[in-house]
Amino acid sequence: MNILVLLKQVPDTTEMQIDKETGTLIRAGVPTITNPDDLAGMEMALRLKDSYGANVTCITMGPPQARNMLRELYSMGADNCVLLSDMKFSGADTWATSNTLAAYIKTVDYDLIIAGRQAIDGDTAQVGPQTAEKLNLPQVTYVDDIIDISKERIIVKKALENNYEIIESSLPCVITTLSTAAKPRYMTVKGISDAFTKEIKQVSFDDLEIDPTIIGLKGSPTKVKKTFTKEVHKNSDVLHLDGKTSARKIVETLLDLNFIGK
Amino acid sequence: MYKGISFDLSEKQLLMQKLFREFSQQEVMPIAAEIDELERFPVETVEKMKTIGMLGIPFESKYGGSDGDNLTYILAVEELSKVCGTTGVILSAHTSLGANPIYTYGTEEQKLKYLIPLAKGEKLGAFGLTEPNAGSDAAMQQTVAVKDGDFYRINGSKIFITNGGYAHTYIIFAMTDKSKGTRGISAFIVDKDMDGFSIGKTEHKLGIKGSSTTELIFKDMMVPKENLLGPEGKGFAIAMSTLDGGRIGIAAQALGIAQGSLDEAVSYVKERKQFGRALSAFQNTQFTIAELQTKIDAARLLVYRAAYLKDMNKNYSSEAAMAKLFASEVAMETTTKSIQLHGGYGYTRDYPVERMFRDAKITEIYEGTSEVQKMVIASKILR
Amino acid sequence: MNIADYKDIYVFCEVKDGKIHDSSLELLGEASRLVNNRPSLGYKVVGLIIGNYDEHLIDDIGYFGADKVIYLKNEGINHYSTEIFTSLFMDVINNDKPDIILVPATVLGRDLAPRVAARCDTGLTADATKLDFDPENLESPLLYVTRPAFGGNLFGTIINETKRPQMTTIRPGVMEKLKKHTGRQFIKDIRNVDISTIKDSVKVLEVLQKDHMAVDITKADIIVSGGRGIGDNFHILEECAKMMGAEVGASRGAVDKGYIKKDHQVGQTGKTVRPKVYIACGISGAVQHLAGMEKSDYIIAINKDPEAAIFGVANIGFVGDALEILPLITEEIKRYRERPF
Repeated sequence: MNILVLLKQVPDTTEMQIDKETGTLIRAGVPTITNPDDLAGMEMALRLKDSYGANVTCITMGPPQARNMLRELYSMGADNCVLLSDMKFSGADTWATSNTLAAYIKTVDYDLIIAGRQAIDGDTAQVGPQTAEKLNLPQVTYVDDIIDISKERIIVKKALENNYEIIESSLPCVITTLSTAAKPRYMTVKGISDAFTKEIKQVSFDDLEIDPTIIGLKGSPTKVKKTFTKEVHKNSDVLHLDGKTSARKIVETLLDLNFIGK
Repeated sequence: MYKGISFDLSEKQLLMQKLFREFSQQEVMPIAAEIDELERFPVETVEKMKTIGMLGIPFESKYGGSDGDNLTYILAVEELSKVCGTTGVILSAHTSLGANPIYTYGTEEQKLKYLIPLAKGEKLGAFGLTEPNAGSDAAMQQTVAVKDGDFYRINGSKIFITNGGYAHTYIIFAMTDKSKGTRGISAFIVDKDMDGFSIGKTEHKLGIKGSSTTELIFKDMMVPKENLLGPEGKGFAIAMSTLDGGRIGIAAQALGIAQGSLDEAVSYVKERKQFGRALSAFQNTQFTIAELQTKIDAARLLVYRAAYLKDMNKNYSSEAAMAKLFASEVAMETTTKSIQLHGGYGYTRDYPVERMFRDAKITEIYEGTSEVQKMVIASKILR
Repeated sequence: MNIADYKDIYVFCEVKDGKIHDSSLELLGEASRLVNNRPSLGYKVVGLIIGNYDEHLIDDIGYFGADKVIYLKNEGINHYSTEIFTSLFMDVINNDKPDIILVPATVLGRDLAPRVAARCDTGLTADATKLDFDPENLESPLLYVTRPAFGGNLFGTIINETKRPQMTTIRPGVMEKLKKHTGRQFIKDIRNVDISTIKDSVKVLEVLQKDHMAVDITKADIIVSGGRGIGDNFHILEECAKMMGAEVGASRGAVDKGYIKKDHQVGQTGKTVRPKVYIACGISGAVQHLAGMEKSDYIIAINKDPEAAIFGVANIGFVGDALEILPLITEEIKRYRERPF
């Protein structure tokens, strides 16, 4: 079984801060991480590999620095890693990204494609379904668990707002995974030792058969007109009290607001 | 390009460090206080270290290892010790003292039989040199090995053995020829299942309380002659060179404890307010932290240099002693001052600096006291 | 493609538990607001519904603001299917040429909209929180779509000048629905559609309820919420929440670390909540989190760091350790409840 995992290297948005003076986003020094939803997808792929001996190929589109992420994925147990990197690919919206990913995926063999549901920098949740569309594959989004897999079909558990669905899809198909679906394993020491001897396949525009008008910033139908940050207003009393007094004061506040039943 | 001293870890070493840091934060730190309080050996952590290949870092994969280098192994001990000195020494004793002598002095058969399970982490290793009457004066060995057919019959005991009771494979030392002094000492690979092997008293300690420290008792223990490690009479040399390597591990443990306690102090002083200001706003705090981090960095350079020299197959005996001497003193000073920066809270078990302070002391004592390190360093200078 | 051929605002209407879901009603309200603000376009609000439903459902779409309802009806559709809905949606796009399509950013909407947008090769903006027509050209039907990015640290306004339709999914709970007005006139366009030629290789085998009581923190009056610093101690929040009849919320940091399930997450990428009281425990106040809770009526913050941004939006703040204070609150309320008089 050949499994493709689609991943993205993203800034750790929980570490991002706003410059209080200028009101702009401080990007410098923000560490990059592998997108959490994608990492859960990677773990699911590796579990399938553990159980059925699958071949796991990690694919990302991004700048050359994304190689660092691919080294980590090798260290976790990926069999192959592919980096789609070209100035012509950059600045793409989800449609143009999907066109690029699909153009590459059409050149390889696969039985299952796993993508993270959404990336924490853009939060669109669109690249998975749109890549599925461009490959003319069925999709199941918001997958929380893989229940069973055979040569022809996969059965997954999908998380909806208030319930789950058990869904069967024919293979090949695209599933998109939630970060809570599987806790990613650690890299291994041996994995890291070997990762630096493995080849990261580099794919540029010239390697793909693709219409240059449907990729990158120029090919993207959606454009960013402007960006801005939101300011936060300050209006609170901040008290320095011992724990007991703090607790009493909070309970008094709740009583005042009629929130503790008599 | 500038060629000379490099202060950079390689990309690979940086990624290893990232792994050890994540592992230590997520798996080791949450139970550090508990295993100290209960004096409980963290078997589950050893199992997890096995899964990610931490128990055979500097050994080749053909011997079950992870194909890393000594500096990488040192980074692992450092990161573990930042959050838990106990876990740091479990790894250090296993790798440097249990597995490394077999890797360095073992025959191919011994490596296949004993090193592979150690490096894979299926078994834990330990080292027995110290006796009640042979501490720093290790030549005063009273354990005796007498050739008896295809076996050595060994009688005697060892004390203060780290990983004792949890290890399966022990490198132990015994007199095969009392008349030759240190040249009459030989090294043996001993399996805990051998007849005549037993675990004696378990020590209760000031620090590293989750680690196991026990007595080993040998009563007519029959060790097959193929378990002799190195030639007969070479035991003392093997012990001394093994300890040279072990010292880098203990130096890394001291370094980790120092950095870990300073990290705790730094986050505390930023949070804690007295006299209307955060403690970090006081110059006394700032100067203390500046001095401590400077010393820790100096210790780190010494520790990494020693590991680097070992990786380069150069002589590192004196450099390892310097690293351990200095790093353990820095650990004592840093943990003492980290408690001071915490004030009364630092003296309680609610903050980890109390534990780190107790853990630091042993680094000045085991695998050669600071005085022994000075002897090693001076003997090289004055030779 | 002749952009001028495309007109009107279409709202995809999702049915849940036998009703048009609130998130869709909100979009009908927003679409009405948009067309009223730019009457020169002469745009109508068109509701689109796919499936097999009673007529009264269709009426609700009109009562909540649609000028026209297109109902794609087939008795064989008893469940959402990505492929069937995408194909049928495409027929409407090709036939009716909508200029703007709004889809609720629900699980279903975020499964369907990207697929439709990719099939007709148009742009799609995800999870928008604000819509407006081009403010510079008062005749223009160009939609300015504002959405958060980088976990709510940054907002971007997105436009699509070259392709039609202009598609966007919109975050539930952000737009306002109109008052239900049963006297409202609207056109019903019921189309019996054929699905026999659509190849659907995905099927729902079973629907499971979530193993715990479905947590819906958006309906809670009080939320006790914890950050990454709470670690494995969320049970302390739960005990306290139980005592005051509250639900437990969490920051993204805590959810990402796996300390608590995703359905508790408050913030830009979690749920937007508006409880009467929000108690933030050990939450630093990343913009991403604030976006999901700052409209709470009353905010109480507990944090060890006196400089934490959460204090900036709180009505009252306490510098201290939430893990120490919460059990004391639990005890205090218990004592209050058990008082003898």
